[in-house]
Formats: sequence, structure tokens, C-alpha cells
Amino acid sequence: MDKFTKIRAVAAPLPITNVDTDMIIPQKHLRTIERTGLGKYAFSNIRYNDDGSERDDFVLNKPAYRNAEILIAGENFGCGSSREHAPWALKDFGIKAIIAPSFADIFHGNCFKNGLLPIALPEDIVDEMMKDAEHGANAVFTIDLENLEITRPDGQVVKFEVDSFRQHCLINGLDDIGLTMVKGDKIAAFEAKQKAQQPWLYSQR
Amino acid sequence: MTNPRTLYDKIWDAHVVEEQQSGNSLLYIDRHIIHEVTSPQAFEGLRLAGRGLRRVETILAVPDHNVPTTADRETRIDSIESKNQLGALERNAKEFGVDYIPMMDARQGIVHIVGPEQGFTLPGTTIVCGDSHTSTHGAFGALAFGIGTSEVEHVMATQTLILKRSKNLRIDVSGKLGLGVTAKDVALAIIGKIGTAGGTGSVIEFTGSVFRDLSMEGRMTVCNMSIEGGARAGLIAPDQKTYDYIKGRPKAPKGAEFEMAVNYWNSLKSDEGAKYDKEVFIDAADIAPQVTWGTSPEDVLPITGVVPNPADAQDPDKKASIERALAYMGLEPGTRLTDIKVDKVFIGSCTNGRIEDMRAVAEVVRGRKINPSVEGLIVPGSGLVKLQAEQEGLDQVFIDAGFDWREPGCSMCLAMNADKLLPGQRCASTSNRNFEGRQGPKSRTHLVSPAMAAAAAITGRLTDIREL
Repeated sequence: MDKFTKIRAVAAPLPITNVDTDMIIPQKHLRTIERTGLGKYAFSNIRYNDDGSERDDFVLNKPAYRNAEILIAGENFGCGSSREHAPWALKDFGIKAIIAPSFADIFHGNCFKNGLLPIALPEDIVDEMMKDAEHGANAVFTIDLENLEITRPDGQVVKFEVDSFRQHCLINGLDDIGLTMVKGDKIAAFEAKQKAQQPWLYSQR
Repeated sequence: MTNPRTLYDKIWDAHVVEEQQSGNSLLYIDRHIIHEVTSPQAFEGLRLAGRGLRRVETILAVPDHNVPTTADRETRIDSIESKNQLGALERNAKEFGVDYIPMMDARQGIVHIVGPEQGFTLPGTTIVCGDSHTSTHGAFGALAFGIGTSEVEHVMATQTLILKRSKNLRIDVSGKLGLGVTAKDVALAIIGKIGTAGGTGSVIEFTGSVFRDLSMEGRMTVCNMSIEGGARAGLIAPDQKTYDYIKGRPKAPKGAEFEMAVNYWNSLKSDEGAKYDKEVFIDAADIAPQVTWGTSPEDVLPITGVVPNPADAQDPDKKASIERALAYMGLEPGTRLTDIKVDKVFIGSCTNGRIEDMRAVAEVVRGRKINPSVEGLIVPGSGLVKLQAEQEGLDQVFIDAGFDWREPGCSMCLAMNADKLLPGQRCASTSNRNFEGRQGPKSRTHLVSPAMAAAAAITGRLTDIREL
């Protein structure tokens, strides 16, 4: 997994609440057996016209935001399905962090597995950042994951919180599975105990 | 003497392998269901890392999301991508030795309908699947939730997940449901009350006489839509109804083991005095048949209502969201919901694709014809539901009324196969999501119960089932 330590980038405003996973990546693009190459489909229903041309009114199509690496959005971002294609598409597009008042649980967890940082902040602060982000190419934010700080375009610093384990994994680009595999003995001990207490969970096939 | 615990706390505690310093736990996963859309990348990840499955016998593989529902589906799959994905599931299942129910098997269907039917879903277990509607299995008192593909791979390799304990949210619905009010209406009314983010960070326990009185099918409908209320999982304590449903199913415990299991399952209820982080109480008598008008499941009203006016919204974000939804849905504020005409009716999905749902539809449409302006599609949730419906003669009732009776799959719930709405078409649907584009690009979805969907098919507009 890619490491995430500090980024300095343009933030794009997406002032929509309940941005769902169907909006982030429509179902017709889920018929893939790869994790890569989904960036071109990110937000495709609101990003492209029927003829495939880009819609001028979609924020990431505007020249100032084409290279945005941060999204600022409304509450309950990523609600809906468990599809990891949503963070895959955002990451492949070039988004590295999302700031919103709240995130749906499954999407939130999926982001961390892919080097994408979701940051939840109080709604009034997100509203202010949304206004910052409307300043086009000047909407440059710095996100420092080690120090848990966002520096707004005017230099003001805002602190944020992230689960310490997730922070550690992102900063070091660690793979969860490798970390858990090391605990094989503990898992085996759990299984032995559970098998003694609930044998029916081990005889079913 | 331990403190009184909720049902969720009990299942969680029984699965903790290790508490970690960060406040996360390594949680043991008992059962894992996989389908073609969210598993191929996980198998690929295992292959690349040279890892295997920790306990192959805990996995059940069933294709459902993009299988065709037409009679010629064995030979005609609409897209090469779908074919590749279905092929990948079959190859991966064979290569890794996973129990696999192929598309043409009579037991095939939507994973959340197949799991319970096969006795794979058991009380007190942890169940995961790369699909958010895994919450369905909570109807059996199982802690069941959707996960992303990286977590699918994590469970395959380690039989565990790294998770933080959720909060306990209790939703109690007591009293008697009125005529024409079903489990789906209860689920929608709850989401209307708590909002689509109301359950974020929580596991919901559904308590109260309404859930006790519901059949297992109805309980599955309610738990299925927990995710639409933002909760990762929903739970209903198991009871005799649960045990009766499970007994004798192919993968259920047998003989003495079944008795032993029931003994344990009887302990799976919240203790007297257990603390919830939040409690919501709803009087069953206040719930009318529900219908959604917008593009989020929380955009829901009793069928007697009118399309809301954004001007009435206090919060600017809410106002903007209503405006956006109405523009997308092509609706004017103040329109009576019962004046909204529909082009299609879809009956099926993991929310409402079970035998009880088929019976509810048959009861409404028996001896009637669907409106000539409406196309009606009924997709049973599994091959076994289809078989049962046909044994009861329901298929003929549907066909006589003018419905298209299909093979099982997810179908028009998410339009990954060929079953979808055309741009601008409006559908009364028994599925679970009315997001923009959910049933096809520019599709317009109104979520309703099976009986309400059947009524809309007959009249050609959203209809109060109590008046039909």
C-alpha cells in the first residue's frame, strides 16, 4: 500500500450530502476483476454527458480542480454499498484525502486499506473549508498525517483525529493481513476454545 | 457477576481473539459468503502474496449480482465483463476448494437469501460478505455485516478482522401493525425517523412486539435495511421461530449438536438492565404504508403524503438536497404521492425476494391485470423460492396478471445485469436503494413493500394498498 505522510494540494468542493457509492462509481463499472484503472469512471454519472464528453458543471472537470487531491464534501460521505471500487476509483483518479462532517462506516474503513485518508471534522469547520475550496487553484491545503494537522489556504491550522492504528498503517504503508498473519497462534488458540464450546461450528460443511 | 450486556456485546465478546492497544480488536469471523463482484480481487491478492484460505469450510460462494434472469441465461450473458466475473468466481472456487453453488443450480440465488435457506446462517455467529446487505442475517441473531474487498481477503487469509466495537442502538417498535403495513414499511419508517446516517457507528438491536410477531422473512427484510439507516448491522434476538426455521436445513447442526446449539442460542438475548447508547421507540400504530419520493432512503413518507417543498426546509443543506432530489426525480412539490405514475414495477431483491413476498404480491394481483402502461418484473430471490412459488401456483397468478416471471438474482435492484430502467423511467420497487442511477442511468426509483408494488402495477400509479 502507498504511504501517506503529508500532502499539499488543491481541494475541490463537492457540497452534496449523502454522496453514495453509486454516485462515486456506478454499478456498470463494477464488472471488473482488477483493482486498477477505475479513475476514469469516478463520479461518471455526474461527470460525463450521455455522449461521453465532460460536463462543464462538474467540479473535477474545471481546470482549477483537475489536479485536486483533496475532496471537501457534505455529511455521510460514502453511504450505500460496501464496494471497495469506490475508494479504488477515487485513488486512481488522484484523490488522496476526503474531508467531510461524517462518513459511512464501510467506506471509511475501505479508504484506509487503500492509502486514502478520510478526515471527519465538525460541520462548521467543513463549511468554512468548503468556502476555502471554492477559490479554485488557490485552494491549496496541507494535510500532515503525522502531526494530525490541516493547514488551510490562509495558513490557519486545524487539528484532526484518526484511529492510531490506521494512522500507523497509512504512514508506513503497512498491509493489515501481514500484521494479522503474525498472530496465527492466537487465532488457533481461539479456534480450539471455540471448537470445544460450539462444536457445531466446526462440523458444518 | 458481570455487568448486564446487550445481545451485540455478547456476540462481540465471544469473538474477540485479542484486544489491541489502539482500541481495536481482532475479531474472529465464523462464516464468509462471497459473490462474483467483490471477491476476484481478493483471490488475486492471495495468489500474489502466496497465501491460502485459513478455513475453506467457512466460505460459501454464490453468483448473484450480474447473473441474467432470463430463461436462456445459461447460454446468453449480456456482457463480456459479466461473463469474466462469473467465470472468475467459478475458477477461484475450484482452485481454492470453496463450496460453490453455480448459476444453474436450483439452490442459486441472492447470497443473503441462500445463506439462511441452506442453514449456513446461524445465531450467535459472525458473518461477513463483500456486500452491505449482509446485515440481513442479523434476523437470526448473528452479527453480520458488509465488508470491502481488502477485508474479504483479510478474512480469507486469517479468519479475522481488525475492528472497533460499535455503539449499541436499540430500536423498539411495539404495538400492532395496521392493515396493509408490512416489515418493509417498518424498515422504511425507521429510516425516515433516524435518517440514513442515524445508525452510523452503531449496531441496531430491534426489540418489541412487532419484531417478535414478524416471520423470519419479515425479520430479514428489517435487518436487511439496517445499512440504509447507516448501521453496519442489525440484530434480532433468536427465538423458537428462528430455531424452527433453521432445523433440518442442509448446513444446520444435526441431532445432539442441534440441541446443544439451541441451548447456547437461548442465551443470546440482551440482559435485563443492559445499557444502550441510544434508544428509539416507535408505536406500531403510527406506521402507515411507506413510499420514498427522493434519492435517499430517508426521503420517505406515508403514502397519504405529498411531495415535500424545499422552501419548507430549515437547514440549507437539507433544502439543497430536496431540490436536487426533486429535479432528479422529476417531481413537483405538493404533488400527492398517489398521483405519481409509474412505468415499471420491480419485485425482488435481498430485501423482498422471499416466498412470503411472492405470496403477498399474489394476494394483491390474483384475478387482476396489471395496468397496460406498466411493465412488471418479478424476480425470485433464489431458485428454491422460485420452486416453492411454482409449487404453490403463484407463477401462474403472476403470468396471468401480466408480469414477467424470471430466474433468481439481484437483477433490477442494482441493474448490473441486463435488467434496468431506461433513462427517465419511474419504478415502484421492492428493493432497498433509490440512489441516483441505481436502477440504470437516470432511473427514478420509489421504494415500497411488495404489496404496494403489486398495487402500483395494477393501477399504474403509486397506490395506498389499503384502498385497493
